[in-house]
Amino acid sequence: MIRKLTMIQAITEAMDQKMAEDSRVMLLGEDIGVNGGVFRATEDLIHKYGATRVVDTPLSEAGMIGAAIGLAMNGLIPVVEIQFLAFIYPGFEQIVSHAARMRYRTRGQYHVPMVIRTPYGAGIRGPELHSESVETFFAHVPGLKVVAPSTPYDAKGLLIAAMEDPDPVIFLEPTKLYRAFKEEVPEEMYCVPIGKAKVVREGTDISIFAWGAMLRVAEEAAKRIEREQGASCEVVDLRTIYPLDRDAIVQSIKKTGRAVVVHEAHKTAGMGAEIISIINDEALIYLKAPVKRITGFDVPVPQFSIEDDYLPTPARVMSGIVETLTF
Amino acid sequence: MSSLYQVLTPAGELTAAIDGRLDESMMINMYEQMVRVRLFDRKSIHLQRQGRMGTYAPFEGQEASQVGSALALKPGDWLFPTYRDHAAAIVHGQSMARVFLYWMGHMEGSISPKGLNIMPPCVPIATQMVHAVGTAWASKLQNEQHVSLAYFGDGATSEGDFHEALNFAGVFQTPTIFFCQNNGYAISVPFSQQSASKTIAQRAAAYDIPGVRIDGNDIFAVWLTMQEAVERALNGQGPTLIEAVTFRYGAHTTADDPKKYRDQEKLAKEWRSERDPIQRLRTFLVRRGLWNDAKEAELIARANEQIDAALAEAESYPKSRPEDMFKHVYAEPTWMAVEQEGELAKPAKKEDIPA
Repeated sequence: MIRKLTMIQAITEAMDQKMAEDSRVMLLGEDIGVNGGVFRATEDLIHKYGATRVVDTPLSEAGMIGAAIGLAMNGLIPVVEIQFLAFIYPGFEQIVSHAARMRYRTRGQYHVPMVIRTPYGAGIRGPELHSESVETFFAHVPGLKVVAPSTPYDAKGLLIAAMEDPDPVIFLEPTKLYRAFKEEVPEEMYCVPIGKAKVVREGTDISIFAWGAMLRVAEEAAKRIEREQGASCEVVDLRTIYPLDRDAIVQSIKKTGRAVVVHEAHKTAGMGAEIISIINDEALIYLKAPVKRITGFDVPVPQFSIEDDYLPTPARVMSGIVETLTF
Repeated sequence: MSSLYQVLTPAGELTAAIDGRLDESMMINMYEQMVRVRLFDRKSIHLQRQGRMGTYAPFEGQEASQVGSALALKPGDWLFPTYRDHAAAIVHGQSMARVFLYWMGHMEGSISPKGLNIMPPCVPIATQMVHAVGTAWASKLQNEQHVSLAYFGDGATSEGDFHEALNFAGVFQTPTIFFCQNNGYAISVPFSQQSASKTIAQRAAAYDIPGVRIDGNDIFAVWLTMQEAVERALNGQGPTLIEAVTFRYGAHTTADDPKKYRDQEKLAKEWRSERDPIQRLRTFLVRRGLWNDAKEAELIARANEQIDAALAEAESYPKSRPEDMFKHVYAEPTWMAVEQEGELAKPAKKEDIPA
């Protein structure tokens, strides 16, 4: 039987199945219990697993992330929900100074198998500071893994992989895609490996690298370019932001010789720069044109009356593709 | 709340009966441990001055707080020290050699002995308090009879993590003991400028957990208070906040000059001659016929021997290799780390580059 789920349903199912299988998994967050989370990612889990495993914590990001570090060091697998990515800052020190470093500081004696889940990104008409995309902060810190799925199937498989990962994983959920579409998602548990990109559309003229909500924008642009200009676009969903899948990036460049990177994070020091750097290191001689970045701007994500002007659109991506193709 | 719980006065007299709660061998052990770590501390400062060790954070003056509290722990309990709590770590079973290694800049200095959960010294202020809530919470959820003890200073009580830790511990009734060594100064800032509240112990009221203010230079008061806190924690009665009022005789670290911000000579003399934790226990023990000069000389000789052996061990420890920095970042190294490690092998100097 074909069973289609939204991304949020896939995420809930990943936690539900993992909790059923492994009693060490517990959830912590604000409003995740009775309320089921502001996006309902933990809906009903408190009724299934009780308030000691699905814990409504005090409103304190440092508290829940810090406590989760201790819980993880002492035998449990905490999954922390932060309501919105920009609310993570009070817990930032705990993430970068402790979760990321505990294995290193203790020379492998203690480790922190925890997951921090958080909705991120613009496009949902949220209030101020509900739409940030600051994945670079975490990708810059050794010791963390950073993941951003773009489909329900990947969301389930990557979240299960994150809960099974011995290292702390920052799991970024593109808010815009939570309920944007449904997709066939297997009922059984499965892992999508962290660190592996996926070619979601094969092409020969140009590679488009994207992740999260921008994957949809990239795909839309690719489709239209093919239709209107006849150019063949390859779209690569990076899926993991750290560690990046270098081989997938390089292979695609070798095939196409051209690329654009699409991300909604600010341009300067965004992951696009890192991806271009990898291309320079590994595939410069295959390039037929400079790699372009189509990104959010170096401004705070604006409030929603002009939010869409901040975000890369298929049209912006298309013009970037054309510029690259006609270089 | 502003009253100070004290059992042993600076003159070495008991203010309250300790009947049965402290036996003589324990008292002698307390004394020996305090002398041992004080000698270790002094040695460390010398080593730093000689360039054999990096910047070091001394604790002299705070021995009763650290020794008395750590002695209340059992193997399997979790100890979260700051960078000034190596005495506590040593008393709980960390080897002196490891502590030397840490301050000599070896990453291996942070390794806990098997069976003991001694965390690496925490450098950011107050952050470890939340971890101690987490480990204690896990102990509770897994029905393990263990407490988590977090050390911190007076300055830490201004940080958000202090409040978040106390709040979490109160809400989830975790077996956590928050042990503040209020030594009066956060580097240079006196407590009067740190906080408008008169005491740190009174903060416990805000979280509805027991808070107790004790003479941190009175090891009996420290140990008895800790015993109660441990008992409460293991009985499922949740966390305790202990404020141990004490003083660091010297500088914040070997890179600091306390003369700049306090009347160092007067204060250090006052605390050292009038309230010293070691001196008062010695007076008490001598009066009881439990201690004498011969024992003292023997103890000092034994402790120095142990410290010298630890130093020899630390100084003969294999030099860290550059490739060690790539280990233990992740369970499995990333491709970046593997490649970057390879860069270490590339020529480092111009003259090494082949023509």
